[in-house]
Amino acid sequence: MATILTTGRRRAATRWSLAGLLALGTPLASPAQADETFDDAKLLLTNGVTSVEGASGGGLASWSTIAGRGTERAIGVSAHVTAIALPDYGWQSHGVSVGIHDRLELSYARQNFDTRKVGAALGLGHGFKFNQDIFSAKLRLAGDLVYGPQWLPAIAVGVQHKRNLDGAIVRAVGARSAQGTDFTLSASKLFLSRSVLVNATARLTKANQFGLLGFGGDKHGKHSLQVEGTLAYQLSRRLAVGGEYRTKPDNLGIAREDDALDMFVAWAPVRNLTVTGAYVDVGSIATFGGQRGGLVQLQLAF
Amino acid sequence: MMRKTVLSVALGIAIMAPSAVMAQEVPPAAESGEAPGDAQVDRDAPVDWDREFGVVRKTRDPVTGEIPVDPYVQSDANAGASPFTGEGMARAFGGQPGIRRVVDRFVELNTTDPRIKAIFGEHDMVRLRRTLFEQFCLILNAGCHYTGRDMKSSHKGLGSTRADLNALVENLQQAMRENGVGFAAQNRFLSKLAPMDADVSERGEKRLLGKRR
Ligand code: HEM
Repeated sequence: MATILTTGRRRAATRWSLAGLLALGTPLASPAQADETFDDAKLLLTNGVTSVEGASGGGLASWSTIAGRGTERAIGVSAHVTAIALPDYGWQSHGVSVGIHDRLELSYARQNFDTRKVGAALGLGHGFKFNQDIFSAKLRLAGDLVYGPQWLPAIAVGVQHKRNLDGAIVRAVGARSAQGTDFTLSASKLFLSRSVLVNATARLTKANQFGLLGFGGDKHGKHSLQVEGTLAYQLSRRLAVGGEYRTKPDNLGIAREDDALDMFVAWAPVRNLTVTGAYVDVGSIATFGGQRGGLVQLQLAF
Repeated sequence: MMRKTVLSVALGIAIMAPSAVMAQEVPPAAESGEAPGDAQVDRDAPVDWDREFGVVRKTRDPVTGEIPVDPYVQSDANAGASPFTGEGMARAFGGQPGIRRVVDRFVELNTTDPRIKAIFGEHDMVRLRRTLFEQFCLILNAGCHYTGRDMKSSHKGLGSTRADLNALVENLQQAMRENGVGFAAQNRFLSKLAPMDADVSERGEKRLLGKRR
């Protein structure tokens, strides 16, 4: 038994230093309990990737997964960087998440949206960037992505509080507010018998272009119900391909907003890294249509 | 983890002899000890603590090499999943010989995996290889009956967690992969095992609410 304990401790010590790399600051438990804190034990890819808002899931949809690789008795952490190149815009986002007991997810993400030449055309200045902070929480209420009855998916509720940092400008384009809160309800299941992952999410939101153009508008000022769906196929333990669709509100009179879709490949070359590549189509943004491009994301998780 | 033991220990005394709680398997040859009473009093002879504390060792069956378990009702239903229909899955595993290779490798991986080997350490791997083979063979519709115990009672008290279960699943995936089972068929098979999670591991929720078992 003594040897068993020693091994556990040593493994845990490695986890600690790895977690330290993520610079999350204060330890979440005393070293005496360290062998339970980070177990790094989820099955590959079952922590999902990071969505544009920072919640774990697909690229566009928030799933019922909990970020990080910790299981029911442990804590998981993850950090990500995402870049999206569109014909007229550039997107960069990054953030960190903590998953507690595979039950509660807390995340922060920062979005930076580069308007490049469009900025000049709109009179904001060439390369003007819209910035937004997003603080999210997600609670898995029931079910499991992989285990338990096939008919019972993981079910989760989430809140995403978005704070646009360019309030004066988003109000000038017609948004009613620079801050907004989305509410999500999602169900996700990996149907092992078909190697297929299905996710469906309902979202109450006021956000214009994810919130980058503020919240609410002249056409519609209140929350509206939007949906997002994911269908993915697992090719191996390390590799999955899939597609997503996400409806978006259309609140602003000056610029039509379209739904978004993506087609992705997610690859976990090692257990702590997931690399995602995707084709993304977000339609028209601020009167510039046909915004189709590529997404790359690196996610580190423990 | 130590609760399942192949020893019957005289009640109460076990507490005083913690080492006796460790499982000890005795090969059939070793059971020919002296009968109680006919031993000469020899002060230099090592003390037979098992006898002092009334420990009764269960010996392996000379034919099967297995350690007997408490009686239970045998039924295919104990396997915990309905078999696949058709021959596709049995073929994907290479029939009974292929299933046996997967099971043997799976048990080998579990008993050498630093993450979970301690849980298997004191248990009868001879029996596990046989019952697991029967269970897999039955579920894969490869022509077997399952004679083992049900999943709930055979895993009761093992104290295995979701993390242990995931480690075990990774080992099964490796055993299947090494034996040429395609990934889609691997997942199909896992779809029969995944719903057993509540029976073969403890739920973390108990801990979340502060109730440790
Ligand atoms: C769905 C997953 C699992 C399946 C299908 C499974 C299947 C089985 C079977 C068929 C037996 C033999 C029952 C008998 O002796 O009559 C058994 C025993 C055992 N299993 Fe599992 N098992 C699973 C998960 C686990 C896990 C997660 C652990 C721990 C990491 C574990 C550890 C053991 C041990 C130690 C025994 C021997 C118990 C004893 O000797 O009394 N199993 N399992």
